[in-house]
Formats: sequence, structure tokens, C-alpha cells
Amino acid sequence: MDKNYMRLEFSSKSNNESFARVVVAAFASQLDPTLEELSDIKTAVSEAVTNAIIHGYELGQGIIIIEAKIENDTVEIQIIDNGKGIADLEQAMEPFYTSKPDLERSGMGFTVMETFMDELIVESTKDIGTKVIMRKKIDRSIDKE
Amino acid sequence: MGYTIEIKKPNLIVHFYGELDHHITEKSRLLIDQKYKDNNLRNIIIDLTQLTLMDSSGIGLVMGRYKLVNSNGGRIVLVSSNTYIDRIIKMSGLLKIIEVYMRLEDALTNLER
Repeated sequence: MDKNYMRLEFSSKSNNESFARVVVAAFASQLDPTLEELSDIKTAVSEAVTNAIIHGYELGQGIIIIEAKIENDTVEIQIIDNGKGIADLEQAMEPFYTSKPDLERSGMGFTVMETFMDELIVESTKDIGTKVIMRKKIDRSIDKE
Repeated sequence: MGYTIEIKKPNLIVHFYGELDHHITEKSRLLIDQKYKDNNLRNIIIDLTQLTLMDSSGIGLVMGRYKLVNSNGGRIVLVSSNTYIDRIIKMSGLLKIIEVYMRLEDALTNLER
């Protein structure tokens, strides 16, 4: 696989969370990931999309865009919203910090993305939106049955 | 994707299926709490053995039920046998306050003690 690209646009509704995971997983499958790698990608996507729905759009209406790229053995996934943005990014990325404890959020979203992916970049501007960029190398040197 | 609620007094058992995310936690948590209170139950068992994926929303759901059960003098235990699910449970620090069993029978036996 040399290069590939896809773009997906959907409403910020919680029933689209599983849809987003499935689409990205199907796209990443071209790199022949292990079940564990696929589970990592799906979980990280789930966290980013949930953040966009709950925090970006505060459960209101909005559009979430996912762009994914494959280059050589690496998949890059961007999750983009045009929501309210993150006022204090450093605080938001602290493990267990949540701005919405009343919604029973664990504050683990960014920690999960960091742990399950190889690279995480978060760009956010107040009242403009948030872009989460994640990359994961699918190591094909490991023998896969 | 979904869940079922089972009442086995004094325990409430929630079985989750497929993928546990924000959508499913929002759909299930109020009903779980209502069944727990309406039936005057003491403990909650959350069965994660039939899950293929759980994100941090699942951790939030467990923490929320922990608070409810704890304030009522009961206990909450998890049943999990999937390495992907165990990984996120370990990351969350839940193991410091909640016991995890491989099988539902073991969880039930332990709660009888």
C-alpha cells in the first residue's frame, strides 16, 4: 500500500459513534492490522468523536469530519469539528480531568488516544473548533496469521 | 450493541453486548439506576464478557454506578475476560476500588460473602 485517502462527514449524533469507528477500521484494514491494532484505532476514534459531540458541539447540532490517510505503513486519522474549541488545552489533556463530571465523563479520552496511537496532535481554537490528528504505524514485520 | 438488565436479589446484573460507548452508556445508565432503586437492591454486577470494545465512556459509567452503590452500602463488581477491555480498565485505575472476576459465577459467589 503506498497512498490512500478518505473523507467522511456526519452529524454530531451519538448513534454515529459506532458508524465512525467502523468506517475508519475498514479503511485501516488495508494495512492488514492485527485485531489488537484495529481495536486500538477504533477506541481512539471513539474517544475523539465522542469529545467532538459532547464538548465541541455540547450535544447540539454540528458536523464532524474525519479524514484518513494511508502512507506506506502508517495510518493518519484527523477528527475535525467546528465547535466551541478547547479553552485550556493543557488542562484538557491532563489524565482524569473533565469539564463535564455531571455527564459521568471519566476524563480519560486524550490519555486513551495517546496510549493506543503512536502520535497525537490536538489543535484547537476557541469558537472555531478542534482538530485531533492521530497516527499509528502498522508493523507488518510481525508475522500475522 | 446493547444491554440487558437482570435482577437477582440483592444484585442487579447488567450484561453489555458488542461495543460499549457514549451512545450506549447514555441509553442505559438511567434505567440501571432506576431498576436498582425501585427494587431496593444492594449490589451491581457489570458483565463485560460479551463486549468487543469499550471506550472511556464505559469507565465513566462504572464510576457513576460505584458512587450510587457505595452510598447505599453495597458493592459493585465487574466481570471481564477480554484483554482489550482489561487494558482500559487497568489504565483507569478502577482496580484500586473495584474487583474484577473472570466469570459471573465467581462474582456472585464473592458477593454472598
